[in-house]
Amino acid sequence: MGGLVTAWPLVSQMNPDASTVAAGAPIEVDLKPIAEGQDIKVFWRGKPIYIMNRTKKQIEEARAVPVSELRDPQTDQSRVKEGHDNWLVVIGICTHLGCIPIAHDGNYDGFFCPCHGSQYDSSGRIRQGPAPLNLPVPPYQFVSDSKIQIG
Amino acid sequence: MSGPSDYQPTNPALKWIERRLPIMGLVHSSFVAYPTPRNLNYWWTFGAILSMMLGVQILTGVILAMHYTPNADLAFKSVEAIVRDVNYGWLLRNTHAAGASMFFLAVYIHMFRGLYYGSYKEPREILWILGVIIYLLMMATGFMGYVLPWGQMSFWGATVITNLFSAIPFVGDSIVTLLWGGYSVGNPTLNRFFSLHYLLPFVIAGVVVLHVWALHVAGQNNPAGVEPKTEKDTVPFTPYATIKDMFGVSCFMIFFAWFIFYMPNYLGDADNYIPANPGVTPMHIVPEWYYLPFYAILRSIPNKLAGVTAMFSAIIVLAFLPWLDTARTRSTRYRPLAKQFFWIFVAVCVLLGYLGAQPPEGIYVIAGRVLTVCYFSYFLIVLPLLSRIETPRLLPNSIADDVLAKSAGKTMLSTMIALAVAGTLFAGSAREARAAEELTPPSQQWSFSGPFGTFDRGSLQRGLKIYKEVCSACHSLNYVAFRNLADPGGPGYSEAQVASFAAGYKIKDGPNDEGEMFERPGRPADYFPPPFPNEQAARAVNGGALPPDLSLIAKARSYERGFPWFIVDFFTQFQEQGPNYVSAILQGFEDNPPAGVTIPAGSFYNKYFPGHAIKMPKPLSDGQVTFDDGSPATLAQYAHDVSTFLMWTAEPHMEERKRIGMQAFVFLILLTVLVYFTKKRVWSNAH
Repeated sequence: MGGLVTAWPLVSQMNPDASTVAAGAPIEVDLKPIAEGQDIKVFWRGKPIYIMNRTKKQIEEARAVPVSELRDPQTDQSRVKEGHDNWLVVIGICTHLGCIPIAHDGNYDGFFCPCHGSQYDSSGRIRQGPAPLNLPVPPYQFVSDSKIQIG
Repeated sequence: MSGPSDYQPTNPALKWIERRLPIMGLVHSSFVAYPTPRNLNYWWTFGAILSMMLGVQILTGVILAMHYTPNADLAFKSVEAIVRDVNYGWLLRNTHAAGASMFFLAVYIHMFRGLYYGSYKEPREILWILGVIIYLLMMATGFMGYVLPWGQMSFWGATVITNLFSAIPFVGDSIVTLLWGGYSVGNPTLNRFFSLHYLLPFVIAGVVVLHVWALHVAGQNNPAGVEPKTEKDTVPFTPYATIKDMFGVSCFMIFFAWFIFYMPNYLGDADNYIPANPGVTPMHIVPEWYYLPFYAILRSIPNKLAGVTAMFSAIIVLAFLPWLDTARTRSTRYRPLAKQFFWIFVAVCVLLGYLGAQPPEGIYVIAGRVLTVCYFSYFLIVLPLLSRIETPRLLPNSIADDVLAKSAGKTMLSTMIALAVAGTLFAGSAREARAAEELTPPSQQWSFSGPFGTFDRGSLQRGLKIYKEVCSACHSLNYVAFRNLADPGGPGYSEAQVASFAAGYKIKDGPNDEGEMFERPGRPADYFPPPFPNEQAARAVNGGALPPDLSLIAKARSYERGFPWFIVDFFTQFQEQGPNYVSAILQGFEDNPPAGVTIPAGSFYNKYFPGHAIKMPKPLSDGQVTFDDGSPATLAQYAHDVSTFLMWTAEPHMEERKRIGMQAFVFLILLTVLVYFTKKRVWSNAH
């Protein structure tokens, strides 16, 4: 018991320190400059976050796929905020081994990971390649119609 | 380590010590009187080679740590400072970097030898398992060491490897955060990797002591695989084994020195001369060659957790080898079937290594799966089954009989060299990873190629002029100081010339007593000032693209040579991909892209640029820069001169490296010849 208690600080020190945690506070992003069909990459907690203003075609493609056929079944609706269906916000880290996928690339009008060939669709869902999961959606909400807060 | 020694020193002072701490007796019984089998071949010298390599790595590593800064913002720079400014820093760094590869090459040979001669069988199971532990520690150490230079491959290699742990169910993500000390690979990760990279070699040294202890209890195995019975079967460690090991070590040093002095970047990745950038992933993330077989196993399995499990199992299975192989005959030499399967297994490992470097597509994936099955079948099916169905050949009665039966394996040395070369070639195949369909830059004649190559001073001076007048408008040269222009092996300017050259630049300095920044004329100790204050400013002016720093560009750019060229390159010391590429880019602009190729607005067509759309407009044209020395003012001449100059900025000590290399080679070859004849003399009555 005493040994465990002594060991805890020795292990716990490896976790993110206070300044790192503080730097991971929520950030606000202005969406006005992103035109339809474009995307930007912002960094939050050292992770790249893609914010994509999807075209009608991209949204339709994402919604046309039967959910049961997906490796990690999720509807497009569950991955975006209602009323802001054109905005896709995903963490741009491949769920395989952590590379950064390239936006607007691959066979599904979404993301393509150059490391091991995983392909994500326009909803950031895994469609082909070794990655097991969809690109995760970070916690975020719309502060106004043209501004989101990530975190 | 083999029981109480009867060693008694005669000197009274030594006697006094020996009575209190019998350390000389220990050394004497372990490394002098210790009986070693008479029939050991050269494969057994790899134990000594590995001990030497561990020593070399610890020594160079401790020294490098005195100059290295483990900080995400400074690490890359401090490594460049070691190579450029520390006395013989380039030598230490090359030795340490190539040393890691040599260490692994030697350990693989050592392991395959153990596998072939059944060195893991009773009573040497613990000895073998300790070896597997050392191997695991080496892999961890090697991986963390590769992260320290904080280049692109360092950063992304660290990202991929630490992410392996996220495959663990439930706690995976927490473990990865714990390893990173943040939300991604960053400064805390680098710091702890440095700490552990410093620690682990000493842990390895500790386990090596146990490994040697276990070896000296069980005694060495030997090619015949029969235990020594009488005194005729063994010879004392010193001088017999010592001199033989010395010969093995000096041969290995020659091979090692080839990399240190002539091919320092052959085993490395050009991408690692680009500072780490968390926002850009390199096209192909390839681990160091020594991890490739396991990387291939990881990638051949489509499920993430299963892939990671298979990869670790591929190493762990080695620890169970003593119980998987139940055959009573030790040496594969007397096992006709096992011998065939052994060589198939070696081929499987080499092929897996090759696949590990290929992109995970099509035929490579299928081949990877087949070979992964073969790898595990060898341990789990073939070895357990063989002992039941195989009839071994008759063993010799004793080691002495074995020695008399044949006049010792003289072919061993040539096989050893062949295998060492094969290992390098296999390593070189790692570079095939980025096989591109792109047009390859044509090879040019460079004054600095080959073992005696030196920089053409005139070319360096002209290249500097072109950089100053043209390139420096957009490209920085951050790692080069004005003083370097007077360094030996450089453009050959005098101190006075450099001082007046530097004075022509305005350098920002301060703050002064009023707290203001001010500009002053440059001094030789200053560095070439960058054209833009920061990355954003550079991007804003250049259509969103960042003009790369040119200091290291000749080492940070490369292209695939493909099979069989990378084999030939090892012998011809071809390393000029960087200058060839730079020169080709400068000459590769075409006003009209070929039919079917569209270039986005704001980009230009360049036939040698990957993807062909380059943001840099054609920088140099005929007649743009005039030379005082009468050299032609042509684009070809400009490209040649500026590439030569950039090769020098990338490696300012190249001439010194090649000069010292030649001296080292003369010494090593003489040493090897001398040791060889001494060895022959010592062994003349033993064979």
